[in-house]
Amino acid sequence: MGRNSHGIPDKTFDIINNFLVFIITLIVVYPFVFVVSASISDPMAVSTGKMWLWPVDITFNGYRKVFANDNIWIGYRNTIFYTLLGTAMHLAVLLPMSYALSRKGVMGKKFIQWFVLFTMMFSGGLIPTYLVVKNLGMLNTVWSVTIPGLVGAWSILVTKSFFEANVPEELVEVARIDGASDFLIFRKIALPLSKPIIAVMGLFHGVSMWNQYFKAMIYLSDRKKYPLQLFLREILVINQVTEEAGGVIESLMEQVKTAAQIKYAVIIVSSLPLLLIYPFVQKYFVQGTLIGSIKE
Amino acid sequence: MVVEQNASKWQEFKKGFVKNWQLYVLMLPAITYLFIFCYIPMYGVQIAFKDFYANLGIIKSPWIGLEHFRRFFRSYYFGRLLKNTVMLSGYGLLLFPLSIIFALMLHELKNEKYKKTVQTLTYAPHFISTVVLVGMIKIFLDYPDGLFNHVAVALGRKPTSFLTDPQWFRHIYVWSGKWKSLGWGTIVYLAALSGVNPELIEAAKIDGATTMQRIRYINIPTIWPTVVVLFILQIGNFMSVGFEKVLLLQNNLNAETADVIQTFVYRTGLLQGQFDFAAAVGLFDSVVNIILLVSFNYFARRTSEHSLW
Repeated sequence: MGRNSHGIPDKTFDIINNFLVFIITLIVVYPFVFVVSASISDPMAVSTGKMWLWPVDITFNGYRKVFANDNIWIGYRNTIFYTLLGTAMHLAVLLPMSYALSRKGVMGKKFIQWFVLFTMMFSGGLIPTYLVVKNLGMLNTVWSVTIPGLVGAWSILVTKSFFEANVPEELVEVARIDGASDFLIFRKIALPLSKPIIAVMGLFHGVSMWNQYFKAMIYLSDRKKYPLQLFLREILVINQVTEEAGGVIESLMEQVKTAAQIKYAVIIVSSLPLLLIYPFVQKYFVQGTLIGSIKE
Repeated sequence: MVVEQNASKWQEFKKGFVKNWQLYVLMLPAITYLFIFCYIPMYGVQIAFKDFYANLGIIKSPWIGLEHFRRFFRSYYFGRLLKNTVMLSGYGLLLFPLSIIFALMLHELKNEKYKKTVQTLTYAPHFISTVVLVGMIKIFLDYPDGLFNHVAVALGRKPTSFLTDPQWFRHIYVWSGKWKSLGWGTIVYLAALSGVNPELIEAAKIDGATTMQRIRYINIPTIWPTVVVLFILQIGNFMSVGFEKVLLLQNNLNAETADVIQTFVYRTGLLQGQFDFAAAVGLFDSVVNIILLVSFNYFARRTSEHSLW
């Protein structure tokens, strides 16, 4: 924002602004378009630079290879399982905690809040956490990818402020006078009112579970338990395509070609679920980011 | 007297606890989790000061004081790791304003439909996993067949092996991160901007303020508190960088710029099994983060009245 730019007439500003936003959007979107097109183009056309926007010499060979790859199916199945289980556990721990903390006059509430908040500022770090997981005998189990990172201070505090704002204290008092227990109030009053926060927190956690690779990499050793991201890492990052389709032995040249094609197809296959879902639940993500940014 | 008072306090405590016992039960799972997976590791970080033997366990392993820290600070790697970490984070901080600027630009779009479409499209990269992001980087920067090299050749330059050249690592890391977070990062600012008092804008228009002036004197001051808070939060993670991404982008050839403290912790600790030494290096990192967070927060509170606490 230069000093003399204040002189720009509004019309000119709008034109320039619209144009720049358009360019930025193009830059953001282009890599996706490229990958989609490359995934159904002839690998030669892609590697020689002939294909740069729309598909050239359409072929679905890459997808065929991806779907014929057992690892992808195993990874997909595991990822779905870990994501659903992890998200369910996340909510089961998060919601009761946040609700209880949102209630007024709970003894020791200040202390418990500090207990939660402190974990945000300081952590033992990678190695001590790894040792805990190891000493609990959780290595190479489902629990090693679902329990560490189960719930964080941020989500607890955000959900707590949601409950504070959306479950009226008077309603709770009336229910208590009528003899309802706190369990009952949580189940029958608080939970039905908290659908938006359940959606927000569930989606946030679900996305991070889906995309997570590091925990699985350090805790899991059995390939049968690998989530999708670890197989993706082998294919995309360390360039190792384990050919398990069997049968036809391809020439080296042929192999290099398919390896490239598999990469594009696998990016699409693994990212598509989230990319297709998020526009429909975008408002929840936006809400979540917002509740989280409101300073108390 | 005192005894009586204590007794009544104890009674009160008991009463409060009994009255709300179900609420404590509701808290129990989360508290147990935090205790085991956050507080026990904090306790376990003492191995940074010990000669750790797995068979002796954390408690019985002998103390050796600051030996691991000394070894780290004196090692050949220390200077390089610190420099790389600081450069990478610092470079990221330089680009911090981009999302703010983009949010200010989006806010000025008159066509709501266009604005919504741009938002949805630019949020998309946020949902891509780190592995896929790095995979895409490798595809686009491939030597010699990637798109960037095709463009370079078309412009009459020589193809570059971006991914193995230490000179390129920081640019690749930081700009790919910006690509992923640019759109998503605008959400918070756009929300703050929607809170601008419409009367203020009308008044400014009547007084003949140009769009640029409105942005400068109304919009930017409106989002300023949000900017400060997010900036402090980012400073609080200064030493952590996006190490999961660095790890994937790293190779033997670019390590000169791509090796950062956290990847060093991973390598020495989990790959080479030097738990005690790696824990010490990790602790150094956390402590620097806390110091940065606290001091920047103090600085912000002193200078701008906006701060985290």
